[in-house]
Amino acid sequence: MADDEGRPEPVVRATGLGKRYGDFTAVDGIDFEIRPGEAFGFLGPNGAGKSSTMRMVGCVSPRTAGHLEVFGLDPSVDGSTIRARLGVVPQDDTLDIGLNVRENLIVYARFFGIARAEAARRADELLDFIQLGDRARDPVEPLSGGMKRRLTIARALVNRPDLVLLDEPTTGLDPQARHLLWERLYRLKQRGATLVLTTHYMDEAEQLCDRLVIMDGGRIADEGSPRQLIERHCPRDVVELRFTDGDRLAEAATTMAGAGHHIEPLPDRLLVYADDGERVVDQVEAVGVHPTGSLVRRSTLEDVFLRLTGRSLVEA
Amino acid sequence: MTATESRTGRGSGGARRAPGVRGRLSSVARLAMPGATGRARHVTVRNALAARSNYGPLATGLVEPFFYLLSIGVGVGALVGEVVDDGVSYDYTTFVAPAMLAAAAMNGAISESTFNIFAKLRWDRLYDALIATPLTPSDVALGELLFAQLRGTLYSAVFLVTMTALGLVPSWWAVLAVPAATLIGVAFSAAGLSAVTWFRAWEDSEAVIGVQVVLFLFSATFYPLSVYPEPLQWVARLSPLYHGSALCRDLILGRPAWSDVGHVAFLVVMAVVGLRVAAHRFTVLLYDEGGGEAHAPR
Repeated sequence: MADDEGRPEPVVRATGLGKRYGDFTAVDGIDFEIRPGEAFGFLGPNGAGKSSTMRMVGCVSPRTAGHLEVFGLDPSVDGSTIRARLGVVPQDDTLDIGLNVRENLIVYARFFGIARAEAARRADELLDFIQLGDRARDPVEPLSGGMKRRLTIARALVNRPDLVLLDEPTTGLDPQARHLLWERLYRLKQRGATLVLTTHYMDEAEQLCDRLVIMDGGRIADEGSPRQLIERHCPRDVVELRFTDGDRLAEAATTMAGAGHHIEPLPDRLLVYADDGERVVDQVEAVGVHPTGSLVRRSTLEDVFLRLTGRSLVEA
Repeated sequence: MTATESRTGRGSGGARRAPGVRGRLSSVARLAMPGATGRARHVTVRNALAARSNYGPLATGLVEPFFYLLSIGVGVGALVGEVVDDGVSYDYTTFVAPAMLAAAAMNGAISESTFNIFAKLRWDRLYDALIATPLTPSDVALGELLFAQLRGTLYSAVFLVTMTALGLVPSWWAVLAVPAATLIGVAFSAAGLSAVTWFRAWEDSEAVIGVQVVLFLFSATFYPLSVYPEPLQWVARLSPLYHGSALCRDLILGRPAWSDVGHVAFLVVMAVVGLRVAAHRFTVLLYDEGGGEAHAPR
């Protein structure tokens, strides 16, 4: 990790952090630090313990093991004080359907002790930011999924938080809505907000995160910047060889053994990891393997995740 | 990092100003309810805003007293005539109406704090949003109770005005029956808020209705306590509604007594214990189970 000189106090510091529900261990002793101004990601499949971690950082779920500090305070003692400085975008839609769009923001601001006039001013400002100004007096229920998410994000910003927690911010959104949301989050980051997000979308993590941890089964498999993680675990290129026939795929996997760094057979394709993808493609031709399609691309976090967790994969 | 306290208004519990009325109320709230931060009123305001579009419950609450007084008071009263209580003879309607006020306060409080809260606690994600702010689960419980009591107090006042119009209020002491009814409401709301946290399904509300009916029928609401044999009188004294009705009756009939201090004390204890249990249970439910099964795979 590139530790710069004189780095400021971390916003969040966790050591051996754990969460158990009865016999079930959701988070199994994890360590991480989140620094001011960075966008930090928890990447992992459903059930990896991301949301449980977020709830502990958000001071709405007591930890059952380890230590946790947010803004240097202990959530089990100063939860309310910490939450006053947080913006939370939960995974599930928790908008208030009893109130209209603008009231959702104003009433929420009041929970933070923000004066009524100031709350109204911020509500209008935020509605502009999320491009929902023209829906201010509308009920919440009929809004589209993307609009609801944007409103939830606006709501999380109403107290001008020092730390914004986003749990699966774009799950269930169409590509256009996702890109609009990413753009807004990117702007937020530009303004100096510290963002923490969970996601199971690798592209989202690559787009938004300066640094991330990969979680699986309640543990952290590795951490670093997207680039560091990719460099650490994967060669530069991936060659995807597609096959319509499973037998031919298996046969090709045997023939190709030794090509590149390693080979991952998936149900419909072979992934060949190599420093130089083009050379692998030439090799494929040379040994007489004829896939129905081939593609050379750069390694991504997806590949890192497959490499680290081995889930759904048979080692070549 | 910038100065957050000034940006977010007040930090919870921090930055105390000179204790105004609001401040003092907050301290009382904190005392009664561990974990409360004095922000419960914002939940109350939120509920009032959300209730604007739904006048139904308000209307039924206001019409209710007429039904109570017409059916039991005027209807049954015509058959019974006079009743002797404490050596004084009363017209039956006059005798029974104060207990109807107490019972209405109880019923209103129970339905507000159980049926209305159950869905919010189990399925709505609303509370999840509230506890992500400086609000605590205790604030949420207290805010719900305050809202229920705001309505309850309005209903009681209307009830009393109706009684006055029907010539059923012989004494100025009756003015105190409104706060008395509010106290009854707070005590039963607190108990209801505790009870509802143990509900697993709608069927559990049957038990509450059962308790409600038993209390309504056997709390010396329809007749003086003296009609029971001595041992049964002591059983009836365990009923919070007995203390509520006796208190309202003494005030409205203009015969305050030292025993009323006991009635008030009983209801205050019930309210305080109920609030503490409710605060604890809301905290367990909203923090540990996340307000839904989604977070806790038990």
